[in-house]
Amino acid sequence: MMRSIKQQPFRAAVLVLVWGWLLFLVLAPNMLVVGASVMTRNPSTFISLPLNLEAYRQLFNPLYLDVFLHSLYMAALTTLICLLIGYPFAWALSRVEKNRQMLLIFLLIVPFWTNSLVRTYALKLILATNGLLNSALMSLGVIDEPAQLLYTEGAVIVGLVYLLLPFMILPLYSVFEDLRQDVLLASHDLGAGRLATFKNVVVPLTLPGVLAGVMLVLLPAMGLFFVPDILGGSRNLLVGNVIKNQFLDARNWPFGAAASIVLTLTMALLMFAHRLSKRRLGEEGA
Amino acid sequence: MRWLSRSYLALVYLLLYVPIVVLVVFSFNDSRTGYSWGGLSLRWYESLFNNHAMVQAMWNSLWLALTAATVSTVIGALTALALHRYRFRGKRVLNGMLFVVMMSPEIVLAISLLGLFLLLGLKLGYVSLLLAHVTFCLPFVVITVMARLSGFDERLPEAARDLGASDFTMTRTVLIPVIMPALMAGWLLGFTLSMDDVVVSTFVSGPSYEILPLRIYSMVRVGLKPEVNALGTLLLVFSLVMLMLSQWILSRSKQ
Repeated sequence: MMRSIKQQPFRAAVLVLVWGWLLFLVLAPNMLVVGASVMTRNPSTFISLPLNLEAYRQLFNPLYLDVFLHSLYMAALTTLICLLIGYPFAWALSRVEKNRQMLLIFLLIVPFWTNSLVRTYALKLILATNGLLNSALMSLGVIDEPAQLLYTEGAVIVGLVYLLLPFMILPLYSVFEDLRQDVLLASHDLGAGRLATFKNVVVPLTLPGVLAGVMLVLLPAMGLFFVPDILGGSRNLLVGNVIKNQFLDARNWPFGAAASIVLTLTMALLMFAHRLSKRRLGEEGA
Repeated sequence: MRWLSRSYLALVYLLLYVPIVVLVVFSFNDSRTGYSWGGLSLRWYESLFNNHAMVQAMWNSLWLALTAATVSTVIGALTALALHRYRFRGKRVLNGMLFVVMMSPEIVLAISLLGLFLLLGLKLGYVSLLLAHVTFCLPFVVITVMARLSGFDERLPEAARDLGASDFTMTRTVLIPVIMPALMAGWLLGFTLSMDDVVVSTFVSGPSYEILPLRIYSMVRVGLKPEVNALGTLLLVFSLVMLMLSQWILSRSKQ
């Protein structure tokens, strides 16, 4: 070991730097959150002994359970809508001529590079009571008086879909890119109809992309607290709002930590499913 | 069928871009209420630049993004090189950790860092923001550089070693020039991620160092502020330039 350090001081320095950074700023803080979740709330030092599972019990308090389930429902609906819009979109995109595809992909990542707060705010301009959508609908005679669009569950979901749709489309696009035309032709030649080909060939081959997209959409859809803050009013909270509130306002760290561990576990579950689907595909392909 | 799929693509792009276009158009709107059109005007840009706190926050954000992007590019590039070239114990764990950082919800990272900083007694401000921003930018830089390294002729560094170059010299004269485009693209991405971050910054910033996204956040939570349209337009143009620059660098290096 000493010899290898002397031989390759550069290598040793790089490894120490990288490991140091990750252990200090990723692993240690996360251990801290796990630790905080089993401790007791303390107004002055944030957390203190004794150890207990009070915070996890509080998660099942009907008041918070409602918030969690509602948040999960909104996140699931957001993910479903993104999938329904994104799946055919990614398919269509992968069929466009190559040179135009680059431009279209570019247009898709522009939003990823632009401020999400500003884009959420732009939706507010459109959805407000005297905003553009209401004015347009009224001048078309669809409605007689402005509808309440802002500060509703619908507004939050629209906001989340708007911000997260590219994250669903990009992984789907990459699996559709790999989907070879001759596989579809082979299926057709073997007598499968369009529906059977879709169900037995296209869906299984694109499943890893679907799961990657679900992972990239579902988790932020539970965490992006500024979306309900700007568009949703006080009744449409996300898990992210609860965590933020517990850490920054209510000063109940154990509970906030427990809530964030729920998010982490959801992530772990989704990652596991994603790996499983990829492995299954690998085995079938081999 | 083809016609249908084309119109579908166009429709989704339309929906994605309508809010952005509305924002840009309204930033030149003279009307105070923010909903009706009152003629062309640059008054919101003017009031933006006359707002001292806003300008200060803008400089703070730029400096933070500049330093965070630079530090994360250096560490990220070294990490990518190590992952690419060296065999070492725990390599898979390192890879896995970077993947987890990239995937985990920002808010989870945010509270864990807040806990760490308070435990260490670190005053929340520039330093805590820098550490946090470098941490969430890091995986993106690593991925960008790794992608570049994966298509790289392995015989070049070997030749350099055979000619007597040390590891450090070989890295400086052979590897760095090869990964330069990826370094620039990774830097630009890190810069943008840092400029746009709201979630992590909400937790780890203090009153001593106010940054732009948090200033916008406090403005848009209640009501509509026409200055935000102007600011949003400026940020949009800025991001577009950064993105085009990064695409240009990457595409030029492929040829």
